[in-house]
Amino acid sequence: MDIPLLIAIFPQVLLDGLILGFMYALIALGYTMVYGVLEFINFAHSEIFVLGAFVGVEILLGLKAAGVLESLPPFLVLVLLLLAGMAASGLLAVTVERVAYRPLRGAPRLVPLISAIGVSFFLQDAIRLFESIWNNAFNLVYPSMDQLNYRFELTETMDVPVKSLVVIAAALLMLWALHLIVNRTKVGKAIRAVAEDQPTASLMGINVNRIISLTFLIGGAMGGAAGVLFGVQYSVINPYTGFIPGIKAFTAAVLGGIGNIPGAMMGGLVLGLLEAFSASYLSLLTGGAFGAEYKDIFAFSVLILILIFRPKGLLGEVVRERT
Amino acid sequence: MKHRSYWRLVVVASALVALAFPAVALAGQAKGTIKIASQSPLSGGQAALGEGIKLGTQLAVEQLKGPVEKLGFKVEFVPYDDQAKPDVGVANAKNILADKDILAVIGHLNSGVAIPSSEVYKDDKLAMISPANTNPKITDRNYLSVSRVCGRDDVQGAVGAEFAKGLKIKSAYVIHDKTTYGQGVAEFFRDDSKKLGIEVLGFEGTEEKANFDPIITPMKAKNPSLVYFGGIYDQMAPFFRQTREKGVKSTFLAPDGADSSDLTKIGGKAVVGMYYTTVAGPVALYPKAKKFSDDYRGKFGKSPEPYAAESYDSTAIALKAIEAAIKGAGGKAPSREAVAVAVRKTKHEGITGSIEFDEKGDRKKAGYFVLQVYSENPAQWGDNKLVKRLDIAPPPLKK
Repeated sequence: MDIPLLIAIFPQVLLDGLILGFMYALIALGYTMVYGVLEFINFAHSEIFVLGAFVGVEILLGLKAAGVLESLPPFLVLVLLLLAGMAASGLLAVTVERVAYRPLRGAPRLVPLISAIGVSFFLQDAIRLFESIWNNAFNLVYPSMDQLNYRFELTETMDVPVKSLVVIAAALLMLWALHLIVNRTKVGKAIRAVAEDQPTASLMGINVNRIISLTFLIGGAMGGAAGVLFGVQYSVINPYTGFIPGIKAFTAAVLGGIGNIPGAMMGGLVLGLLEAFSASYLSLLTGGAFGAEYKDIFAFSVLILILIFRPKGLLGEVVRERT
Repeated sequence: MKHRSYWRLVVVASALVALAFPAVALAGQAKGTIKIASQSPLSGGQAALGEGIKLGTQLAVEQLKGPVEKLGFKVEFVPYDDQAKPDVGVANAKNILADKDILAVIGHLNSGVAIPSSEVYKDDKLAMISPANTNPKITDRNYLSVSRVCGRDDVQGAVGAEFAKGLKIKSAYVIHDKTTYGQGVAEFFRDDSKKLGIEVLGFEGTEEKANFDPIITPMKAKNPSLVYFGGIYDQMAPFFRQTREKGVKSTFLAPDGADSSDLTKIGGKAVVGMYYTTVAGPVALYPKAKKFSDDYRGKFGKSPEPYAAESYDSTAIALKAIEAAIKGAGGKAPSREAVAVAVRKTKHEGITGSIEFDEKGDRKKAGYFVLQVYSENPAQWGDNKLVKRLDIAPPPLKK
């Protein structure tokens, strides 16, 4: 075993894991917020996430075709992408709720779940159809912005690209904003009230349907932002890109204690770090017997262990105290 | 009322007869229909290459069906989409087998799809001619019905390793996509590199399509002078792109899965200057392929992707074999087995050179090429620089 090598790559793996973790955290919020108010899993959320990525790439390609991409400051472009991606995904989430979930509000719990899976397939292929007609393409590529690709080479094995810092900063900013909305505003109070007890909340004069729509809007917008960041970080997207991150983020939400907002953030980070460390270290530690492809097995084994000892998730206790 | 409906019936019936009559007359002229099928991914991430196989086959059927039609048969082309998935390929293969008019299959793109699908074709000795499958197992199973016009990965891996040695590469890091094709060629490259004294620092498989960080980080720490990716461009391009973005300065080398203009479309600047070995030479290299390439561009409005010319040749061989088999059957529709036998006997002066099969279905002398990516503009994929060309005979069948 090559101990110095293990130590040398540690900071880089930590950074990789943090980026992945923040990405999962942003997506996980959509799952957990919807679960909080409706107690069901919105499996279409992975496509809501991917729509953000597609809106981002379309705008970038549009700017590039118009020849203005080079002259605009990259951070301004990024803010524009984030806003557009958030708007598109947020509105899509609201529409999906109105069309596919609200009519099933009183139905047994499995019914909206099936509806969600159907919406997920529908959106995947709708995006695929649209992109094949519009661009004649399956894989779409984020045009690279040179300033974002600039790297700080700290050591021989560690360098930090600007875009990774931007991804982390944007994710932190968004999580902080969400925290403020949920905990410091009247609307946030209403969301929490609906999550706790819908009939009572409506007796207090809260328009429950509107608050549920708003929850979808915020959760969807977070997913859309994650989509844009995903595209900027990993460059290539296709209509099915959302599936794996969606499943992982759902897992992160469960890990953190589903329905719990800080839990989703924490679950995302834990899962991202677990995945990065197992992928990078497994083959080094086992002398190649277990390669990077075993990362999910390892990450999910740890997850199962955590859930055996804390069935309500890492921050599950908080939920119990509240209810 | 009664009278009116009676008259209506007469009108409808006579109209139907009038419609059906020309069809009956036409069918009477021909002795039947012969179909040639193609199987390749037409949707999904590898559709660019898969469509090239379909269009090359289509063009060949349209241009070369004359001799078979003169014998009184109608020739049709039926494309199938295998989605680069083994299960879809096998399901299609069963449908193909059920359609008795289909006498030859041109395909597939992926060895991992071709191998299980050809197990189905074999049941009825339906001839499959592959323009692109390089895994040794394709022909090493020694099936009468399976032939290919391209080279093999055991040779391709060795060509890659020899080439790396020629570049004075000291150490290599090998990544593959865990498919029959990708892992296969990567293993050949690894073993041949070791034999030549190149140190192999790592060997990793991954199905990941987006986030390659966990593979790149340990790889970067080991600082290899060459990175080899056994796989297909849709996964390879983002991998190489992220590798460069993370500051790895190694030389890149890949097998023929790299050979698509989509590699530069996705990979951009990162893949410019990288090397790849291939079994399908650039069309510009074949003097006889000029007309093919012009016709293709004229008809489909784009340059032929790699394997399109190979598909054209494969189809030409299939049509020749069918023609011979019809003659052998005294002008009647031939059996599938007769066509498969005839394929092996066919000697063809194709647009990619002269083609003849050995006893197990490999091309007797297949071309192997090393190319270097020239530009990040996908439209200039055809301008990639030829670095090396070899014609090598396949290894004999191992018993």
